[in-house]
Amino acid sequence: MNTKGNLQLKIYQKQNSTRLLTLLGDTIKDFFGSHFLALQLAQRDISAQYRQSYLGILWLFITPLATAGVWIFLNASGTVALTDAGISYPVYAFSGTLVWSIIIEAINAPTFTTNAARGIISKINFPKEALILSGIYKLCFNSMVKIILLLLFVFAFGVGFHWSLLLFPFTLLIGITVGTAIGLLITPIGLLYSDVSRLLTMGLSLLMYATPVVYVVPKTGILKTIMETNPFTALISTIRATITGQEYEYLAYFMVLGGVCFVLFFVGLVIYRVAIPIIIERLSA
Amino acid sequence: MDGEVLVKVEGLSKKFCKDLKTSLWYGVKDLIGQVSGNKGNETLRPKEFWALKDINFELRRGECLGLIGHNGAGKSTLLKILNGLINPDLGKVIIRGRVGALIELGAGFNPILTGRENIYNNGAVLGFTRKEIDAKVEDIIDFSEIREFIDMPVQNYSSGMKVRLGFAVAAQMEPDVLIIDEVLAVGDIGFTTKCLNKISELTANCAVIFVSHSMPMVGKICTEAILMNIGVMRAKSNNISDVIQIYFSEFRNAKQQITSFENSTELNNVKLIGDYKEKNIQVSNYLNNIKIHYKFSTLSTSNLYIAFLVFDQNLRSITAINTIDDLPILRAADNNVDGVLSFQNNFTAGKYTISLEVYELTPNKKLGKKLIHANHCTEFVSIGVGVTMYCPVIQKGNWTLIKADD
Repeated sequence: MNTKGNLQLKIYQKQNSTRLLTLLGDTIKDFFGSHFLALQLAQRDISAQYRQSYLGILWLFITPLATAGVWIFLNASGTVALTDAGISYPVYAFSGTLVWSIIIEAINAPTFTTNAARGIISKINFPKEALILSGIYKLCFNSMVKIILLLLFVFAFGVGFHWSLLLFPFTLLIGITVGTAIGLLITPIGLLYSDVSRLLTMGLSLLMYATPVVYVVPKTGILKTIMETNPFTALISTIRATITGQEYEYLAYFMVLGGVCFVLFFVGLVIYRVAIPIIIERLSA
Repeated sequence: MDGEVLVKVEGLSKKFCKDLKTSLWYGVKDLIGQVSGNKGNETLRPKEFWALKDINFELRRGECLGLIGHNGAGKSTLLKILNGLINPDLGKVIIRGRVGALIELGAGFNPILTGRENIYNNGAVLGFTRKEIDAKVEDIIDFSEIREFIDMPVQNYSSGMKVRLGFAVAAQMEPDVLIIDEVLAVGDIGFTTKCLNKISELTANCAVIFVSHSMPMVGKICTEAILMNIGVMRAKSNNISDVIQIYFSEFRNAKQQITSFENSTELNNVKLIGDYKEKNIQVSNYLNNIKIHYKFSTLSTSNLYIAFLVFDQNLRSITAINTIDDLPILRAADNNVDGVLSFQNNFTAGKYTISLEVYELTPNKKLGKKLIHANHCTEFVSIGVGVTMYCPVIQKGNWTLIKADD
């Protein structure tokens, strides 16, 4: 039978005397320890989503495809005169919108998955890190589908194989990390106030025009300064460059951004862990 | 069983806020406070109140604590803290071992997926590994008794079936501390019995905290009870029936409600005769006589049938005391009936209300026209026999032991 020695001890109190390092350790342990739960939740959501739909995974790329389509049309018809992107414009536009959609999804995922699980987090005690991890798993699944389409598209337009393509998964992973880290930091406040997610949606849709998604960074002017400061510029252009084999214009910025966000991701996880009880308290009495 | 202490609660307090906007703002402040490591504020901020105040108890393996109280007494808040969902504002909780919560059955179910798939979802949320679920899935299906529908989407299940499946998964837990919050209210009697048996099986080996409004259930399962009232412990005792009695005495007297048919009859008085203790409720010992003085006037000139009905706290009718056998011919004298009824209190501990019904009696001793119906005329509290009972009537019997021949 159980003896006193091997029983797990839990103490709940206000003044959390736990050291930051212990907290970080627990967070990381729970994050990776909840692999099965996260996978199960991701699988549940994905299969439920497609079981109730005929178009199924088509929905994953209809939006980026449409956005790219509009810009390709605008460009081809001469309505908007765009600076030459250096590669075939459809490839440029489509790779831009797809990568952009992946990053946006990464930013929204933590808030979305936590919100969707509101019913159970206020009733059952399970490692909440699993929600974040399941968000990442879902994101990876969705991205995988998008990437396959993107690669087909790229080859169809004769961009061909580059060695840099091997770097693509890593750069995309960094992109996802950056997105998730930002999303994670916003989540605690975003769960308390619905204003946050509305602001975010609006802000991000504006930000797209300050990012080289469908057009390149201009050579001069105010927009050039804005775009070059915008961290998403570094993200999008570096990730796209690994697909198309173009030059890495913002590689240093990209690397620093990746490093900072990697750290921020774990900071975000710790904050998330600490914040969840407070959020449960405020939202479900 | 002299088990080790598994749950220890010391000076536990929790604040809640009445206003949503303020509450959210405090949430933001608490967030920043937590992250920057500030100590919590021990006083109430504007619009806050103590949802829990200074709760203390200890629970050992093999013990079962019943938490009772009105709606909003703080029971669920306490459970949430014990389950680690929210943090206390003051005091602390120490828990040893795995905690299992039967609070929400079927957590993690997705309505579109089949029952079988949802066993895995629910199991994962409850902390099982895939291997464990693989090993238990057949047991779970058998326990739920819905094998026939296990590959059907859960959205087509009835609510009872969902609860069955949810309980079947949860029943596979092997906790050290078990928290149960009124989950057995749904489901048919057969399944409720099955659940109760399973819980009894689990409780033998762990410490249980049980929240319920069903006093017979509390009396049946618990070894100790705490009565909560607006966030504080009003009573705590090993003698469950004492606590239950205090709980019942807290309810305001239900209002008398009289229905007179065709204005034929008017009720003047129904009152218990004897000593009244606190709050005008008569407290009666086991086998004492309860005396009711009743008085009404009626226009009816035929023979009358009078019945007093006794209801328990759950509004179940326990028994009826009527004139049909005891006083076959009763007629109003000058339109008035004035009398005293006396009957023996052989009820278990609890609070009982009494209703009155008067009918006309036909010559062949059948019930005729209904004259008056008065609900909640009066009430009394029975002390019972000291031993906690969960059946309403304690029958006196003659016990004879038959010795075997030497």
